[in-house]
Amino acid sequence: MPPTGLILSQVFHGLVLGGMLALVGSGLTIILGTLGLVNFAHGAFFTFAAYAGWIVYEQTGSYLVALVLGSLLTCALGLVIERSLISRFYQRPHEDQILLTFGLGIVITEALRWQFGGVGKTMPVPELLAGALRVGPIIYPEYRLAVFGIAALALLGCYLLLYHSRLGLIVRAAIEDTVMVRMLGLRASRIRSMVFGLGVLAVGVAGVALGPIVSIYPDVGARFMVHSFVVVVIGGLGSFPGAILGGFVAGQIQTLTSIFDPAYSDLMLFLVMVIILAVRPRGLLGVEGRQ
Amino acid sequence: MTDGSPAAAIPPRPRSARLAVAPEAWIVLALAAMPFVLLQTGGSVDTAIRILIWGLFGLGFDILFGYAGLLSFGQAAFFGAGGFVAAYLLISGAVSSVLMATLIGITVAMALSVLVGWVSLRRVGIYFSMITFAIGELAHFMQNSVLSRWTGGDNGLPGVPYPRFKVGERLVEIAPGWGMYVMLALIFVATFWFARRLVQSPFGHVLNAMRINPDRTLAVGHHLQRYKMAALVVSAAYSGLAGAMLGVFQSYIGPDAVSLETSSQVVMQTVIGGVRTLVGPLVGAAIWIFLRDVLQQIPGIGGAWKLILGALFVLAVTVMRRGIVGEIRHWHLQRTARAAASAAPVRPAAISPAAEKVQPIRANPATARIAPGADAPVAIEARDIRMQFGGLVALEQVNLAVRSGEIMGLIGPNGAGKSTLFKIMTGELRPTAGDVVFGERVITGIGVREACRIGVSKSYQIVQVYPELTARENLYVPILARQRGAFRFDVLRTLRGNPAMEEEVERALRVMELHERCDVMVSEMAYGEKRRLEIAIALATEPQVLLLDEPLAGLSPAERVQVVQVIRHAAEGRTVLIVEHDMDAVFELADRITMLHMGRNLITGTPAEIRDNAAVHTAYLGARDERPAA
Repeated sequence: MPPTGLILSQVFHGLVLGGMLALVGSGLTIILGTLGLVNFAHGAFFTFAAYAGWIVYEQTGSYLVALVLGSLLTCALGLVIERSLISRFYQRPHEDQILLTFGLGIVITEALRWQFGGVGKTMPVPELLAGALRVGPIIYPEYRLAVFGIAALALLGCYLLLYHSRLGLIVRAAIEDTVMVRMLGLRASRIRSMVFGLGVLAVGVAGVALGPIVSIYPDVGARFMVHSFVVVVIGGLGSFPGAILGGFVAGQIQTLTSIFDPAYSDLMLFLVMVIILAVRPRGLLGVEGRQ
Repeated sequence: MTDGSPAAAIPPRPRSARLAVAPEAWIVLALAAMPFVLLQTGGSVDTAIRILIWGLFGLGFDILFGYAGLLSFGQAAFFGAGGFVAAYLLISGAVSSVLMATLIGITVAMALSVLVGWVSLRRVGIYFSMITFAIGELAHFMQNSVLSRWTGGDNGLPGVPYPRFKVGERLVEIAPGWGMYVMLALIFVATFWFARRLVQSPFGHVLNAMRINPDRTLAVGHHLQRYKMAALVVSAAYSGLAGAMLGVFQSYIGPDAVSLETSSQVVMQTVIGGVRTLVGPLVGAAIWIFLRDVLQQIPGIGGAWKLILGALFVLAVTVMRRGIVGEIRHWHLQRTARAAASAAPVRPAAISPAAEKVQPIRANPATARIAPGADAPVAIEARDIRMQFGGLVALEQVNLAVRSGEIMGLIGPNGAGKSTLFKIMTGELRPTAGDVVFGERVITGIGVREACRIGVSKSYQIVQVYPELTARENLYVPILARQRGAFRFDVLRTLRGNPAMEEEVERALRVMELHERCDVMVSEMAYGEKRRLEIAIALATEPQVLLLDEPLAGLSPAERVQVVQVIRHAAEGRTVLIVEHDMDAVFELADRITMLHMGRNLITGTPAEIRDNAAVHTAYLGARDERPAA
């Protein structure tokens, strides 16, 4: 049995990772639940955000500006793509939507690779948060705590926007009945764009915030996309609370497995997904009947 | 599921005997020419070999995605399984024959696909793509961790021997170059032939039907899960073969064989080349590999080769939706169709003139029928049905018994619960309480497929046909289920040229007066024709009990007369339950009528009794002495 201190520290670590996975997964699930579209470009948006944050930081030297501007730039890219291409695909079969977003993801990723090369870039940890914090037996880097804070704030923002605002009400109504929402004089296309933008913004925040922790290279997003798929499948497709629960479950599985052998952490995560699919195909918090 | 997907279905058309050998002959010609073209344009024989391997890989993917409609992002798992198993067996010396090692590799890939299918096919559409994507990554992780003892981890497995054959006394080794190209070209032609037979077989027709309209295909009696699994296993066999060949060709198999790159490359090549064409993946592979090799040599844009191919893929998805081969074929078909149209005489009218001659339904003594008496046995019965959706009670204490051989009308204002009752009676929906009895058997909630198998079939309120197929091909679907059962892997049979089936289709089309339009694509048909086809599909399952959900909705007066005749014809020797708002038609057709009102039985009686009943009038029109109907 590994020492308690190690376990505790890994549980803590899992919480931070879980927060990020929850945020990335939420971005995917908000779009999926509302628009019925799996965004296979989700990982590319993550990569784009990491690069955008890095560039802004290099230019301005301010971490805060990088976080805000980086995620807004990602959101803007998402909106441009949604308006110009994805909006024409809402009435098309799922397979077409997947192919389109997958292709767009490749174009974004490869454009970044072409521009910046395949070698990883590093974004420094902001000086203010460079230290480590001691809580009981655990010594933990402050920046990672800040990342958890960012994830928690962003998730709270999404929650308030979806469940306690006029826009959220319309969005949830649009999930139930798009035609009715349109007949009430609300512009469905604008609501769709907003939802897509929100989903991309969520992954954008995660991309910039994780920049100083992960190495920034063109394929960094692909890894997060696979994980966000697992998170969403575990939590239940299209369920916002499900994505949060799924994110934290996935975070714990990964970090706790790492205690024994880091090589198995991904394997264990997928195994749990397969088990959940076998026992409860709709996911932990998924609703029966919705695809 | 993929009604409007990149390539429209090109239905297999009857070919003359001379043309029947053509596809493979063309492939042989193209494969013979390919290396020379490549050598002239800066490629090599190795480039040609790679193209063949990827074309082979793509054949399986095209069957899976193009025909069965399953978009998998995890094909690399099967590709890698075949590659690593064959390579390991050969390198470790466990197996000395390349052929044997390849066969074992293919078998392992197929076994793996059964596991993958068991997990991923429980949910379709979005789920399937996401889960196969994750499983592909899982395979990648496993190659790198748990299985690294056998797969060499990051280093892969070097030292795969070349195939050796004994020819007489001499031992011939097939090394990369022309020898291996010829070997792979022969394998490609053989497996292409198999794939083409498969998609033109009854099995392939069901795959096509399943993709276009899964619900209806299930409802006429096909076991969709098994068809999906079979398509996945076939695609895994192709992938495993291609993976094993890659190892043999490179004398090495590396971790890239199980990477996401590999899975996505086969998807992209197939879409660029043309989905549902079988040749498309080969063309896509040729473009991909050629461009990659050429672009990488150009300074300045060398690093952007995948960006350019990615953009080409987005173009194929958005603008050139059929892919290269698909667009060429579409253009060719349209041209020949236009030529045929201008040569042919005036097209037959949507409604045949015969329909106009049919007498008004009321004054047609020839079709007057004798209603079965009260002593006739009950064919299907709903007993004390209660159906609750959340807080809403849709049906309460509903009873309905249809006697064998009668036409029973089911009427009631909108929201009375007619459609819900229909769904319960076809086993699609399980009621909160109560039972459905068919003959002696309780069939409550057994599902549409099982209900269809034992003889209860439904024609839908909203037309559920196969728009991408012709009327004839539409009717094959239910008949195939009846002839072959819920599932059969008859991939080497041909769909066409089965006289018993053609005769049955002919008869069904004649009854529906669709025989002149039998080879017209359903998407080009008039609404009335689609409606008749809808009923024909339900009838072709040869049900004992036929349920018709608003068969006259949306029809013109002339079409209505025609469909009423059709129903009368269909009712011969059958029990029919019909929901309809057209009261004249119901009063004319039905032997008895039952009325539902606000989820309860209101009255059951002969048409005359219903016509004169005050409660019926109140329910439909509302009256002062009662609460207005909701």
